[in-house]
Amino acid sequence: MPDVRVVNVSKRFGKVVALDNVSLHIKEHEYFSLLGPSGCGKTTLLRLIAGLIRPDQGEIYIGNRLVNDVPPEERDIGFVFQTFALFPHMNAWNNVTYGPRVKGFDMVKAETIGHEVLEMVKLHERLDAFPNELSGGMMQRIAVARALAAGAKLLLLDEPLGQLDAKVRADLRYEIRRMAKDLELTAIHVTHDQSEAMAISDRIAVMRKGKIIQVGTPNELYMEPASIFVAHFIGESNFLEGYALNSDNEGMLVELRKNVKVHAKRNNINSGQKVVLAVRPEIFSVEKEKKEEENVIPGVVERTTFEGTTIRYEVKLINQDLVVIVKPSMTEKWLKVGEQVFVSFPPEKAHVFLYPERGLKDEISVE
Amino acid sequence: MPKQGAIGALGNLSSKRSAKYGMYLTAVIVLFALIILPPILGIALKWGSIAYVLGRRDLLSRSLIAVQNSFTIALLVSALGVIAGIPLAWVIARSKSKWIKIVDTLADIPFIVPTSVLGYSLLLFWSLPEGLSSLFESSIVSPGWLLIMLLHFTFSYPVIVRVVVGALLDYKREYENAARTLGAPPFVAARTVTFSVIKPSLIAAFILAFARSISETGATFIVAGAFENGPVFIQHMKESLSQGAITQAEYDGATVFTSFMLIIVALLIFLVIRIVGPKLKLPVKKIYPAVEGKLSYTKACLSRNIVTLLVFFLIVLVPSLFVARTAFSAILTDTFAESVSGSGIWGEYWQSLALSYILAGVVTLLNVLIGLPMAILIARKRLGSLFSAVLDLLVNVPLVVPSIALGVSLRGFWKETVAFAPEMLLLIFAHLAITYPYFVKSMSAAVERISIDMEDASRTLGAKPLIVFKTIVLPLTKYSILSGAIMVFTRSVSETGATIAVVSTLKTAPVVLVDWVTHPSQFTASQRGLGSGFLMFFSFLILLALRLAIREKGRY
Ligand SMILES: Nc1ncnc2c1ncn2[C@@H]1O[C@H](COP(=O)(O)OP(=O)(O)O)[C@@H](O)[C@H]1O
Ligand SMILES: [Mg+2]
Repeated sequence: MPDVRVVNVSKRFGKVVALDNVSLHIKEHEYFSLLGPSGCGKTTLLRLIAGLIRPDQGEIYIGNRLVNDVPPEERDIGFVFQTFALFPHMNAWNNVTYGPRVKGFDMVKAETIGHEVLEMVKLHERLDAFPNELSGGMMQRIAVARALAAGAKLLLLDEPLGQLDAKVRADLRYEIRRMAKDLELTAIHVTHDQSEAMAISDRIAVMRKGKIIQVGTPNELYMEPASIFVAHFIGESNFLEGYALNSDNEGMLVELRKNVKVHAKRNNINSGQKVVLAVRPEIFSVEKEKKEEENVIPGVVERTTFEGTTIRYEVKLINQDLVVIVKPSMTEKWLKVGEQVFVSFPPEKAHVFLYPERGLKDEISVE
Repeated sequence: MPKQGAIGALGNLSSKRSAKYGMYLTAVIVLFALIILPPILGIALKWGSIAYVLGRRDLLSRSLIAVQNSFTIALLVSALGVIAGIPLAWVIARSKSKWIKIVDTLADIPFIVPTSVLGYSLLLFWSLPEGLSSLFESSIVSPGWLLIMLLHFTFSYPVIVRVVVGALLDYKREYENAARTLGAPPFVAARTVTFSVIKPSLIAAFILAFARSISETGATFIVAGAFENGPVFIQHMKESLSQGAITQAEYDGATVFTSFMLIIVALLIFLVIRIVGPKLKLPVKKIYPAVEGKLSYTKACLSRNIVTLLVFFLIVLVPSLFVARTAFSAILTDTFAESVSGSGIWGEYWQSLALSYILAGVVTLLNVLIGLPMAILIARKRLGSLFSAVLDLLVNVPLVVPSIALGVSLRGFWKETVAFAPEMLLLIFAHLAITYPYFVKSMSAAVERISIDMEDASRTLGAKPLIVFKTIVLPLTKYSILSGAIMVFTRSVSETGATIAVVSTLKTAPVVLVDWVTHPSQFTASQRGLGSGFLMFFSFLILLALRLAIREKGRY
């Protein structure tokens, strides 16, 4: 049964290192996402697993079988392509039953499967339509149906929702996950959209420049980002520069600019090191009067933006750092531009990272 | 204000609807006046002479048998060509090896050898004592239908390979990947997906090969021996006429009748292909997992590649180049000195060579001038999509009309309508009609590939249509224009059949060479070899220069 193991895999295209010594274990029945900015090597990794390209180094196992030398047609996979790649000269029905037919199933069985998967994607009435007669959403569902029909237990999806408009995309992502779960498949889903990955994945691998930089559940990645890049790429973070001081009961003491001292989550960074403090916008409390004792920084509201569900403030702190703070718009009183405020946050929800050698801008850039 | 020169004024003019439609209208009128009507009217005008051939049973039955032979050979050769061309195209398109680039370039060689020279080269290789036959007691292949088939295979093959390679390179590889992930072995994926998707190109390759086989005259005549297909029959009639064996009226009748049959049957066949082609399903439903699986992997692939390359080298390439050997040995003889000094027969030879290249240059230039608006008209459906489709079909007419028949018709038409048309003009018109489809077809495909968004973007940025053309369309299609020009040039230099039919005093190089090769007693082997060699050598140089101008990106 298919779990997937990628062991020390590297792949170059000429001078470009698309994958640099990547290792990964995807468990059976897991809905797993590969997430990262475009060009980071997600597609390359997925195609390596599918056997469409071969690794320069390293091994790939599907269900304990070393598949490095196994051609794609013998890997027993389903692959949903970014552009869908529906065969233009075949109608929906022939597209969907292509897998069972080339695998040599008898006609009766192939047809039964065809009906089943078309039922599953709710496109039974369009089985005579050719790809150019279908909308994007329909093509996407046919593409999924076709990948499922071959009966594979490992489903690989390369930005399957990338070509669709926002509304359809939001609906379809849950549908794909539900189907994968109903059929007890192992699924690997490539996307550059962090909200999509967060919404549907059991676990996510965050990739950057050919490397996997963190693997975890959506929750873990959000709550405990292991790097500045992840803190920035998953959700949103404020980054404040400073120096690490000593740690005490309340956590690690960090000195921000202009001698402002705050506590953050405990860390094993040595005191004296230059660091970056990462705080998510919704972690801050912002009050007109000073209520807390610890971790309070005075500031002035510089701008407010109404975003529907939330309201977004930009606050200039007393030390001239600018932070973004997000609050629910219906349940809280709104602040006005120019108002004096006190900003605070719980130490255990603020993470400290070593200041990156190549600078903060470079570290969080997605190229 | 931007500077208002002639370009500015033209630019403003190009915004006017009237100017634009005026240009398209001109293109359409030129198409009908010069390309489509002359061949058809030429036959219509001589229609009456058919009575003379109907009265001569012997000529009639010879003509009918010849026409039948033409189509049998064309069908067989094009089918074999496509079957044999596909694997080489596949190897060229898919191999990552650097060596394959060399094979790719070599594949063009039979295309750049003027067909009459090609015919002579094949004759030497397969039949004459100097060639392969020297290894055996007698000729391997005597002149006749088999040698004609070998010849037609040889000159169809590069065109087929070129078309299929282009299609494979443009083809979205993702379809094949999708088939593989669904469980199809490579052979099955190629058969059920790749070749089904590029089927239009396979049909186009078949049609090009077919039309060429029907229409080729010069080289076919050289290797035909006593065998007659349509064009060879017309050529024989011409000789009979000059020997006084038949009357002018009988000659006209035989020619018009044979041409008419060739045109009508060819058009019918193309019509059938056009109707049946899109519905023709490659067998995608039936799949034989066990057998086809075996055909897919290393051993089968390796032997397929070896056979493919062997066929290419032994049947196509070596026989095409064989004539060069005689030319090389001739360099060491007096013949070479004679030829360079231009004495004796060589004076006429050099004149004909110069005429060939001047003619090809003029025809190429004219094609660019009058073919480009037509290509844009077709690609951009400027006058409605139905009209564009009709034009697209009509442009093919000269392609399906056998070139010797075309020459005969053109001669008839221009002689009757413009009584004192100089022969040079006839030559230009004939070559223009023959080459026009090649240029327009390749250009309209290229224009079609430019996303219309890009043109629109340029318009929204404020560019006038003419400027859009100059800054967007021209740069993006410049390689296609060059490669279209190369096809036109090559075709014109190698054209024999129509030329023979059109002219009586002017002689192009292929005409002279056909004369030399068909009268072996009057010319020596080294003269023939050297004559062919010079034509090949200079054509090769010109093409090489053009190729260098195109560099890497130009594929034709
Ligand atoms: N076939 C290829 N040839 C050359 N470079 C490639 C090829 N495929 C991918 N690359 C390069 O490898 C890197 C990773 O690409 P890819 O895996 O497609 O990224 P992603 O899917 O994350 O956007 C990119 O820099 C890309 O340009
Ligand atoms: Mg990608």
